[in-house]
Amino acid sequence: MSRQMTGAQMVMEALADQNVEHIFGYPGGAVLPIYDEIFQQDKVEHILVRHEQGATHAAEGYARSTGKVGVVLVTSGPGATNAVTGLTDALMDSIPMVCISGQVATHLIGNDAFQECDTVGITRPCTKHNYLVKDVNDLARVLHEAFVVASSGRPGPVVVDIPKDIQFATGTYQGPSNISHKTYRPRLKGDEESIRHAVDVIANAKRPIFYTGGGVINSGTVASQLLRQFVQLTGYPITSTLMGLGAYPASDPQFLGMLGMHGTYEANMCMHDCDVMINIGARFDDRITGRLDAFSPNSTKIHVDIDPSSINKNIKADIPIIGDVAYVLEDMLRIWQARSAQVDHDALEQWWQQIKGWRAKDCLGYKKRDDVIMPQHAIQRLYELTKDKDTYISTEVGQHQMWAAQFYKFDEPNRWMTSGGLGTMGYGLPAAVGIQVAHPNSLVIDIAGEASVQMTMQEMSTAAQYNLPIKIFILNNEYMGMVRQWQQLLHGARYSSSYSEALPDFVKLAEAYGGVGIRAEKPDELDDAIMEMIGNDKPVLFDCCVHKVANCFPMIPSGAAHNEMLLGDDENDTELDNAISEEGKVLV
Amino acid sequence: MSIKDDNKEQHTISILVDNEPGVLARVIGLFSGRGYNIDSLTVTETEHDIHLSRITIVTTATPMIIEQIKRQLERLVPVHRVTDLTTIGASLERELALIKVTGTGEFRVEALRLAEAFRAHVVDASIEHFVFEITGRISKIEQFISLMQPIGLVEVARTGVAAISRGKDRM
Repeated sequence: MSRQMTGAQMVMEALADQNVEHIFGYPGGAVLPIYDEIFQQDKVEHILVRHEQGATHAAEGYARSTGKVGVVLVTSGPGATNAVTGLTDALMDSIPMVCISGQVATHLIGNDAFQECDTVGITRPCTKHNYLVKDVNDLARVLHEAFVVASSGRPGPVVVDIPKDIQFATGTYQGPSNISHKTYRPRLKGDEESIRHAVDVIANAKRPIFYTGGGVINSGTVASQLLRQFVQLTGYPITSTLMGLGAYPASDPQFLGMLGMHGTYEANMCMHDCDVMINIGARFDDRITGRLDAFSPNSTKIHVDIDPSSINKNIKADIPIIGDVAYVLEDMLRIWQARSAQVDHDALEQWWQQIKGWRAKDCLGYKKRDDVIMPQHAIQRLYELTKDKDTYISTEVGQHQMWAAQFYKFDEPNRWMTSGGLGTMGYGLPAAVGIQVAHPNSLVIDIAGEASVQMTMQEMSTAAQYNLPIKIFILNNEYMGMVRQWQQLLHGARYSSSYSEALPDFVKLAEAYGGVGIRAEKPDELDDAIMEMIGNDKPVLFDCCVHKVANCFPMIPSGAAHNEMLLGDDENDTELDNAISEEGKVLV
Repeated sequence: MSIKDDNKEQHTISILVDNEPGVLARVIGLFSGRGYNIDSLTVTETEHDIHLSRITIVTTATPMIIEQIKRQLERLVPVHRVTDLTTIGASLERELALIKVTGTGEFRVEALRLAEAFRAHVVDASIEHFVFEITGRISKIEQFISLMQPIGLVEVARTGVAAISRGKDRM
């Protein structure tokens, strides 16, 4: 099916053919022909953001909560450069995204024209792939190819840069059928021999642990189901990275909570002492491993990842399996069942006894107070009051994010949207916009900090324009809390520029945007205020005034090993001051 | 924090890529962005009908990083194939260099004598200079250049390494 049309028409035609329902964007000179086409059609709804970074995070939230590709449309120059943070974020967290950018006309490229920048040059290291289209007859193929590349293998962002004259030029459109990249063929099925070997090792484990990550989520809901089946079949303990929360139900007794820098004591101790580590779709990130040479010293490591470059990058895998998590888990289950494999029940019983001992530490414990809301308590109450609803959670970055990961229990995948790899403050509010667009009738909450949320606060205006009733639950401690915590631990409690001075009145700010502001200052007000927030059908800024100097524990200090965690209450002030070694101080 | 490892190795890696705009920038951007070394780099379209280019990179790193480099290269969308010529066994490596030497009298005689020993050709000459063309492995070229140093070496242009596996199989 090939038809003649302009480049701008091709863009809309291709989006419709890719079943795109929503795009997030901001107009400008170099994309006006495309905006003119948006105006003249009704298949694709355009959501106008207030800043291009907001468009990218909204697309990320949309993509993560639906499993579909998030689509962004920005203009040339500043439009493209403003999108760079979100593109990098999507690359780090493997989020499928297609970002269409306008470019100055081909004859002006390289002339320092108005609103010109080298978009493909700038975005080359922060995308999975990018294209500059110089012939209108390539445009349809490139657009369809962009969706293939963005969503297959390890997902990621793809930029398609379209000069303005190409948008006006007429050429031949081709549909998406039979479009595949001529060389890009990610491997989905794992090597059968390696999987058999892995099953042997898993069955013979004495102290096993499943360590799962965002790859399970990216592989789709089937992968989560297969994971649950396999983990329950073995009876082994399981922990998850920040990105993988929800793949396995957090309320299940086999789940040990998140691992890593702010993970639970039991999860990290299991990682350190295990004899078989089954890594499924996680990448041995430095937040997880801590000190590399002391990381899980006595274990056989099985590593399942769709990206061959993740294997042996930080940690040497004993049994690497390259493939899509769902395919590999399916094979593992099949082989396990075909062999009627049996686990070592006695060893497992002992292992669980040991875990019980670690759990008894109650590492997430904190002292509740009557006079002031503890941030952990606020998240616990939020969880209790929203867990039975159809809820999606996004976060900003910092202490509140870690507390959310620790205290909000996710039982389903695709319900938890957070900036893990890049750690982008300002992610959560626009992400909530994207999630709410995809799920108009669900409860969408951004667990925020008062500092992060101000980075993309302008997207409240987007929420107001499209009647998106997002709830921004701000844990307001008047500090960039994680910065303050690190300054306390590393820099002699000299709080350089980490106090949030001149804060806006969030209640009035919400009203100024046409939303609703709610404030809670005392623990006994909290539940009613949260219920009021949930019941409101407008965008809400919830100013939850919490204890100002609470620290986020447990914590593996930089440069330390998993069995050298700080547990908060145990540590007095001088111990905290000396918690991080000179070597660890240079690490982030 | 990377585990300290001093056992670095030099590897020659051949990469077949689509000859499309920006492909070289992708490859060298990968090396600079991730802090890998490039000792030598050669690139030219080798199959014109299907616009395939061959990039030959010589790099030095620990075995773990060498493996990372190969996996990261394979991840680039326009990359067709990555072959580590150092690990697959015997391979041929050649580099061409143009070397300008100036001098008169005894020095000229010595320069010519050495050139003959190294099978370097004179491709340009005047009564005050020679330009030699030499082909061979890196070590041979390095050696020739260092011998020319005291004789009157003024300028060197080198192509970088071209490499291919021995035997009948293609990469």
